[in-house]
Amino acid sequence: MDDDYILEMRDITKTFPGVKALSDVNFAVRRGEIHAICGENGAGKSTLMKVLSGVYPTGSYDGEIIYDGQPVRFSGIRDSEHVGIVIIHQELALVPYLSIAENIYLGNEVRGRSGLIDWNKANAKSARLLAQVGLDENPVTPVGELGVGKQQLVEIAKALSKDVRLLILDEPTAALNDNDSAHLLNLLRTLRDGGITCIMISHKLNEIISIADRTTVIRDGQTVETIDMRDADATQDRIIRGMVGRSIESFYPDRESHPGEEILRVEDWTVWHPVQDRKVVDGANLTVRAGEVVGIAGLMGAGRTELAMSVFGRSYGRNISGRLFVSGKEVRTRNVAEAIDAGIAYATEDRKKYGLNLIQDIRTNVSAAALDKLAQRGWVNGNEEIKVAEGYRSDMNIKAPTVMSIVGKLSGGNQQKVVLSKWLYTDPEVLILDEPTRGIDVGAKYEIYVIINKLVAAGKAVLVISSELPELLGICDRIYTLSAGRITGEVPVHEATQESLMALMTKERELVG
Amino acid sequence: MTRTAPPPADPTKEQATTSAALHAGTSDIRSLITRNLRQSGIYIAFVAIIALFAILTDGVSLSPINITNIVLQYSYILVLAIGMVIVIIGGHIDLSVGSVVALTGAISAVLVIQRGFPWWAGIVAALAVGIAVGVWQGFWVAYVGIPAFIVTLAGMLLFRGLTLRVLDNISLSPFPAEYQFIASGFLNGLIGGQGFDAFTLLIGAVGVAGYAVSTFRTRTARITYHQPVESFPLFVARIVLVGAVVMYFAWQLAHARGLPIVLIILAVLVLAYGLLTKRTVFGRQVYAIGGNLSAAMLSGVKVRAVNFWIFVNMGLLSGVAGVIFSSRSNGAQPAAGNMFELDAIAAAFIGGAAVTGGVGTVVGAMVGGLIMAVMSNGMQLMGIDQSIQSVVKCLVLLLAVAFDVYNKRRANASR
Repeated sequence: MDDDYILEMRDITKTFPGVKALSDVNFAVRRGEIHAICGENGAGKSTLMKVLSGVYPTGSYDGEIIYDGQPVRFSGIRDSEHVGIVIIHQELALVPYLSIAENIYLGNEVRGRSGLIDWNKANAKSARLLAQVGLDENPVTPVGELGVGKQQLVEIAKALSKDVRLLILDEPTAALNDNDSAHLLNLLRTLRDGGITCIMISHKLNEIISIADRTTVIRDGQTVETIDMRDADATQDRIIRGMVGRSIESFYPDRESHPGEEILRVEDWTVWHPVQDRKVVDGANLTVRAGEVVGIAGLMGAGRTELAMSVFGRSYGRNISGRLFVSGKEVRTRNVAEAIDAGIAYATEDRKKYGLNLIQDIRTNVSAAALDKLAQRGWVNGNEEIKVAEGYRSDMNIKAPTVMSIVGKLSGGNQQKVVLSKWLYTDPEVLILDEPTRGIDVGAKYEIYVIINKLVAAGKAVLVISSELPELLGICDRIYTLSAGRITGEVPVHEATQESLMALMTKERELVG
Repeated sequence: MTRTAPPPADPTKEQATTSAALHAGTSDIRSLITRNLRQSGIYIAFVAIIALFAILTDGVSLSPINITNIVLQYSYILVLAIGMVIVIIGGHIDLSVGSVVALTGAISAVLVIQRGFPWWAGIVAALAVGIAVGVWQGFWVAYVGIPAFIVTLAGMLLFRGLTLRVLDNISLSPFPAEYQFIASGFLNGLIGGQGFDAFTLLIGAVGVAGYAVSTFRTRTARITYHQPVESFPLFVARIVLVGAVVMYFAWQLAHARGLPIVLIILAVLVLAYGLLTKRTVFGRQVYAIGGNLSAAMLSGVKVRAVNFWIFVNMGLLSGVAGVIFSSRSNGAQPAAGNMFELDAIAAAFIGGAAVTGGVGTVVGAMVGGLIMAVMSNGMQLMGIDQSIQSVVKCLVLLLAVAFDVYNKRRANASR
């Protein structure tokens, strides 16, 4: 039974001009298992999955794919779906304005006898699929009205509608909160027990430990090893060692805490939703001191990002009331430019959408928020700009040949370092980092933590928003919990545990919601 | 949770790869050629088109008189293209410029021809009206938030209507000689010459010298800042090539009628706006807005103000084009400037601007405009029918953008 492979990829080599993305990769998946793939960003995981699903057609790579005992040749994604291989990408491919059922059957419509689409039948079939994935929604609901977690379930329902036998998920829980992640992982177990084989790419090692039957680690386009997760030494540490080629004994670098003067004070801060008639942040009070890392923990929809953005030059919400102090002086900012002048910086949770100009180079992105510093009477000193950007490139260890490299082509971790460089160059008193390590690999995460430590050592105040509680516990001095727009707790890190924070994060939910 | 020291980075290795990469950019001839081919496909196409028509017309298209004609005939489109490429980089579009050219020309004609104001009052009025138009459209786009496509579509109708109103539906002509001189005047014989104009050659030589000095200074500055530069022979070759082209052009002009006034206006505008887009905070902010609006907003760019000034500037340049066009046609007609917006937009896109915004250059738009000018002119010389000319121009536009899209796809695939 153990050697019953549904899929074997043999000696896969894929080269792009100038780069060998995969080199003799061997990868085998047993029938009915959940097989995790781990590797740093750029290790070749996604390329391997694109080879498997036919995005890169036969002939554009070397090697052999054996599926169900037969060599297969895919010339496109349709071919692989035809034999039951379905891939769900990290960026979900749903049309927000179409209903759940329309999305599920998009390109695969249920036709009646007349050749027209039979919507009754499609909706009924969708309802059955939704029950199967445990999503309690009406199939005619537009997908755009669902949260990311539910959209993910719709994607899986869509895969089921195609009679999937091998389901590939690329970072399925990256954008999900803990509840949604747990639900998704349970669903994957159920699907496995129902005979569907899963390949899951993930950065979240605790999830892999809890769900995967076997794990393949990829580094620099080569398979490092495949670990049977029943083995006693199948630990996070072993996976990390395989991924980075070295052992990180701790995720979180050491730091001594010496909080100083109070830098940021937010008093009685209330923000209304831009269009709906409700408060998103309700009477929040918080402080951050110099040399201190303060965390904000909260579930999705608790108002974390909304709180941060409204503080940052009122870039979110309306009817904002409350008082804001930076270094003891009250500031009344009307726009982002004034917030930057007041010494506030905000690095967004969605760096591609809100943080970077992806079609431009590192240099331009680094200087974007503080061009005035490089300019005299409106003229930008281009050479000085390059020098500044080069400085950050080496300080931050941004992996790119020059600062003229296009930001859109960097890996997630390096993009995040560009975002941080941009804000550091504005020389802020307080930095608000919204999900600073989302979607980046373990090695780069560690580097980001080191950068945060350097900042507080230099006397800056840092406010970190994160969905990952271990991260907050690992890097913060104090943690505020936010629930339904209210601050429900303030805990020094040495008194906090994941359980106690979660209790505070869910407090009042019932009362308010 | 144990806390330990961070893993040591390996700075030597990092530095080695960096300097290797810098080096590759300068010395590897093959990568230099492929990379430049991708970037300068448009220039190569330009040269190819010039060569093609030179052959097809037995060299007539390169004759001194004809080169002068091309400059005179298409100068106002090029002026519009400067403003248009900035609008497009900012992620907008302007469909109204043809109507604005008509309106500004009409106002000028009414004042100068009907009311007897001095010729310069016409120019001032035209530019003022252009700015006012820009303020109007900028207000709706930037502060009310209506897409530029809609605002300028409305503007196209509005300003055409106002033109008809101002002109009372009739053509006005002629302008006084000073006004005509703007578009059809030449600087000639200022310092003499035997059968050619020495002054034109002098200006050409000054231009080349200026170019050489400024590129040399840029190069020196880059070296001081440890930036990669092209190798010295390549650098010299580039200056020699540019110098040769400019001097040939000046030589041809000098043997025709001298230096056209509009060419001077155009050169000043290209230089000024080239610097504006590349070297000023405002220019950078235009690129930032077009590249990622949300990111620009969250970086403290005052998006509304920038959008507003983009349109004010477009209005001003439409006014300049209105003056040149009315001067060239020696009067104002109700239908003046019809479809100019499409030529200006095509010039920007052929010159490499991206439909989604954030990409484009003034120089690129000029080359794009000149490609169309050389083609139209060449086909006219060959006596090709107007309808065929339209078809050929449209194919060139499609091919230029298709080439751009194809290159981007290839660049993306190879990462």
